Amino acid sequence: MSYTMWILLTASLVGINCGLVGTFLVLRKMSMLSDAISHSVLLGIVGAYMISHHLQGVSMLVGALIVGLLTTFLVQWLHQKGVQNDAAIGVVFTCLFAIGVVLISLFADRVHLDVEHALMGEIAFVPWDVLEVGGKSIGPKAIWLLGFVLAINIFCIVFAYKELKISSFDHEMAVTLGIPVVLIHYVLMGMLSLTTVASFDSVGAILVVAMLIVPSATAYLWTDRLSVMLICSAFIGVLASMIGYTIATVFNVSISGAIAVSTGVIFFISLWIAPKYGLLRKWLKKSPA
Amino acid sequence: MNRMDINVQWVFTSMALLGLASGMIGTFALLKKQSLIGDAMAHAALPGICIAFLLYGQKSLLLFLIGAACSGYIATICIQFIVKHTRVKEDAAIGIVLSVFFGLGIVLLTWINQHEGGNQSGIHDFLFGKAASLTGSDVNVLTVTAVTVIIMILIFFKEFKIITFDRAFAQGIGISVSLLNGVLMFLIVSVVVIGLQAVGVVLMSALLITPALAARYWTEKLEWMTLLAGGFGALSGVAGAYISLIAYAPTGPLVIIFATMLFIFSFLFAPKRGLCSKMIRRHIERKKLQSQQLMYKRGEQL
Repeated sequence: MSYTMWILLTASLVGINCGLVGTFLVLRKMSMLSDAISHSVLLGIVGAYMISHHLQGVSMLVGALIVGLLTTFLVQWLHQKGVQNDAAIGVVFTCLFAIGVVLISLFADRVHLDVEHALMGEIAFVPWDVLEVGGKSIGPKAIWLLGFVLAINIFCIVFAYKELKISSFDHEMAVTLGIPVVLIHYVLMGMLSLTTVASFDSVGAILVVAMLIVPSATAYLWTDRLSVMLICSAFIGVLASMIGYTIATVFNVSISGAIAVSTGVIFFISLWIAPKYGLLRKWLKKSPA
Repeated sequence: MNRMDINVQWVFTSMALLGLASGMIGTFALLKKQSLIGDAMAHAALPGICIAFLLYGQKSLLLFLIGAACSGYIATICIQFIVKHTRVKEDAAIGIVLSVFFGLGIVLLTWINQHEGGNQSGIHDFLFGKAASLTGSDVNVLTVTAVTVIIMILIFFKEFKIITFDRAFAQGIGISVSLLNGVLMFLIVSVVVIGLQAVGVVLMSALLITPALAARYWTEKLEWMTLLAGGFGALSGVAGAYISLIAYAPTGPLVIIFATMLFIFSFLFAPKRGLCSKMIRRHIERKKLQSQQLMYKRGEQL
């Protein structure tokens, strides 16, 4: 497969993963938790490096998962103890991120990971970092990592579809039906952490946030059905990757940045033309000719 | 050696002033439940800085400030527009604006890298913050802005207090709430923008929230809370700068870690609202209740 195809495949996998998880975040009004986790995951990666002394997939995933869950746990706990939700998020992730940055700077000469790389990502290098089995290359590592996380995400969503759906739309009803809402919450946060760390290395923290929130919010403008929204936001994620990559190659600018901008453009267009909740339709209704 | 000392003095003064201003203005951001708006603004400032650089062609803190303030302000308008006119909720709206604006900033940054001969080291400092790289003129701009913000807060203190706690009352006595909200937003943007160079995009929002949140535990009065938050901010700024000087670690993160430690301390040990004092009070109440029940039981037995 060619260089371009690998990059497009990586970006699309990020788009699908984030679209699926992001849908639930937007519905549960927890979008800013993705911003928090995408930053605090840095600490997980640094911590995993300090313990295992290499930057291989599995230890990074575990480290990120632990810190991601720790972030949500701390936010939840502070919120229960009377700190307002937005402030709780703001305090927790900035502190964890700051610790991560300090640790990186202390071990800077030995870690191949700098903050800039973490924030912006370098998807252009993905195709060269290949996984080798028995001396034969079987495709970029990032693709395998993202594919693996996608499998987990799809498995969780299919397996707990009804539970996720009810607890996202009607929390009280879910509690009365005896659905383990706390467990569902942490499973979702686990999915979010895995998705973030898998996407993180190739596209950077900011694109993860853009990919998680913007396509899902766009899909939210187009449909009222959860199943349609999931497919729709994954599709918008892929579409934005294609457009963003094209723009990036034409103008020779950052691929992740361009993809983030394309998600924004798609959202902006949908804001006007979406069939049911678009502004054009609302305004036409208001002034019937 | 002497120049080194002056540089250190600059860093200390500017971090103290920055902490003071951001703590004070952060109090209002926190009470209006807009803590994460600071985060959005810090990210949204990046495209403005890049556009200012593209138009002017070289690094100039004042122009960067203007560019950043413009794009930060546009970002808050976008957030308000999305919340008001679509079914998308506020948290998602903040996330959308934050990530898309920052993405645009990264695109412009790489564009500048390609076309302007890589002369963008000044912009780079805005991303991650570098208090040690502040020059004399930077410190001047920072000081003037911070002092202006502090004076503005003192002038409009009563008005800000009313619009924060009771909008309807403010409208009733003829205060222009939207105008004052605009002023408040503008002050927040100004502080965020001057803070970017010192502590960086991600951590700037913490400098707004954390000292204010810590101050919230010690008092119920807005006047004291604003003062305390400013004091906590200034203390974190100076302490962070000092630790970074002796430990050779970046200033911004250390400032934030110190501020968070102040928050944790307040959260646990503040006299009335702290976790420990709450637990002690609950323990005393329970003991009282138990001894009362015991007395009732004895009374029944008799």
